[in-house]
Amino acid sequence: MTTTSVDLVDYDDAVARFDPVIGIEVHVELGTRTKMFDGAEQSFGEEPNTQITPVSLGLPGALPAVNGTAVEYAIRIGLALNCEIAQSCRFARKNYFYPDVPKNFQTSQYDEPIAHDGYVDVELEDGTTFRVEIERAHMEEDAGKNTHVGGATGRIHGAEYSLVDYNRAGVPLVEIVTRPITGAGERAPEVARAYVQTLRDLFRALGVSEARMERGNVRADVNVSLRATPASPLGTRTETKNVNSFRSVERAVRYEIGRQAAVLDAGGAIVQETRHWHEDTGITTAGRVKSDAEDYRYFPEPDLVPVVPDRAWVEEIRAALPELPQARRRRLQGEWGYADAEMRDVVNAGAVELIEATVVAGASPAAARKWWMGELARTAKQQEVELADLPITPAQIGALQQLVDAGRINDKLARQVLEGVLAGEGDPEQVVVARGLEVVSDDGPLLEAIDAALAAQPDIAEKIRSGNLGPVGAIIGAVMKATRGQADAGRVRELVLERVQA
Amino acid sequence: MSTLSRDEVARVAALARIDLTPAETDRLAGELDVIVESVARVAEVATPDVPATSHPLPLSNVFRTDEPVAPLDRDEVLAQAPAAQDGKFLVPQILGEE
Repeated sequence: MTTTSVDLVDYDDAVARFDPVIGIEVHVELGTRTKMFDGAEQSFGEEPNTQITPVSLGLPGALPAVNGTAVEYAIRIGLALNCEIAQSCRFARKNYFYPDVPKNFQTSQYDEPIAHDGYVDVELEDGTTFRVEIERAHMEEDAGKNTHVGGATGRIHGAEYSLVDYNRAGVPLVEIVTRPITGAGERAPEVARAYVQTLRDLFRALGVSEARMERGNVRADVNVSLRATPASPLGTRTETKNVNSFRSVERAVRYEIGRQAAVLDAGGAIVQETRHWHEDTGITTAGRVKSDAEDYRYFPEPDLVPVVPDRAWVEEIRAALPELPQARRRRLQGEWGYADAEMRDVVNAGAVELIEATVVAGASPAAARKWWMGELARTAKQQEVELADLPITPAQIGALQQLVDAGRINDKLARQVLEGVLAGEGDPEQVVVARGLEVVSDDGPLLEAIDAALAAQPDIAEKIRSGNLGPVGAIIGAVMKATRGQADAGRVRELVLERVQA
Repeated sequence: MSTLSRDEVARVAALARIDLTPAETDRLAGELDVIVESVARVAEVATPDVPATSHPLPLSNVFRTDEPVAPLDRDEVLAQAPAAQDGKFLVPQILGEE
């Protein structure tokens, strides 16, 4: 392990004096029913080693067979990334010894990826677009899962032994590799994050993966290098492995820029190495130095024949591509009548799907935005969770808004109903009933409360009688208080005026 | 033709995790050299109009439908492993990392 300096150059200073270049490799697990090369079922969270076949375990004599659906998904991804789809491509063996790869090689693609030479336009937070060029997208398989036992923290270092679960071994992956991303300057960390987020949205829209970051469906390796100016040759890069959230991608790039600038300032050289990302401390530490151990001795996989995507098939897949996220956002923005800044906030908050479903459930676009971007966004922030992970559904928000629209609850009561739904008290209707939150629409109790308020404040009653309507608010306030906010203020006002004029 | 060096044999052996004694390395350098030279003779007859062939079968696009098959029985599988714990394969400490 190399010693690492923890000195960092201040970020603004670093990007003022160096030009960062980044490159990102994203792995996505495809949501097929079975694995890439064998018929073992794949689903998340099953008991260990219950989704295995002789192929998953690399038993002698076991022969792989390509999952046609996985190939179709890979082509979908390639087309959505504006790539060329290979006329012909083949699989290759990447040889290395590690217990999570039971056959001692990973079946991947090397010199002939299924898709190559594409690009994706990434929208940044201020609404500008940054084009990221894609070098290639290739098919491969995931590895099993190691659990290191013993040692202090469960990390590899100090472990006494490891336990291996092969359920994930052989799950189809597509790896997407960018060309060096230049020209991002001080926005490199933001571009990196936005790129990974764009891919995640794309995978979901294409229906090729659930793309859940927290389950490791999407994983990013982040390459960073610095050079003196945009005209200088590329610097030596480091590769930070397994950065698995949008925020971490941004932080890891930022950290590496500051760290590398400090090394270069001290007259040192960047070592080409893989680095580990530490989510808790937000730093990277040195891992393996690229060396002989990285000689994977790739060669064509003799057990699998080439994949030759028929042009008619490719065009059929292209024609069936769903509406992609950016086009969809533009369409929805038009339908909803949101301003650019409003739409951007909605996108950044991850609320597009939520609002769309809420509108389908009967709320107006304005009301849907009000709930998700207001009360619920605040709650999510307080609880440090994603909006989508709040225990409330778009259908419930739709139902809540319909209660408001029908005049059965007012805005203030709606907030209490929301609170009840979030607390697990059931659907809005149930919360209204259980908490007795309905607006009092019967005039009887309102008149009682009005009479009591007028009697309690005779001077005010007198003023109103003499035609001074200024203090009428004080009576309304008293009535609202007496009815615990369950009165319609407009109706109370009408009744007060009727009462004093009677 | 060039001969395979002792160092090259040692490196290939290390990559393949095969422990060789110095005597074995020397002997294999000579034996592997014969194999490499024999294969190299193919290049003498290959002409530019013969494409490199990684797959001799005139087949492509052999796909499987995305239908699950029955998995292996876990207990039966783990019973054949050198060691197991908690439904998982137990493997020795992983060296050479970190």
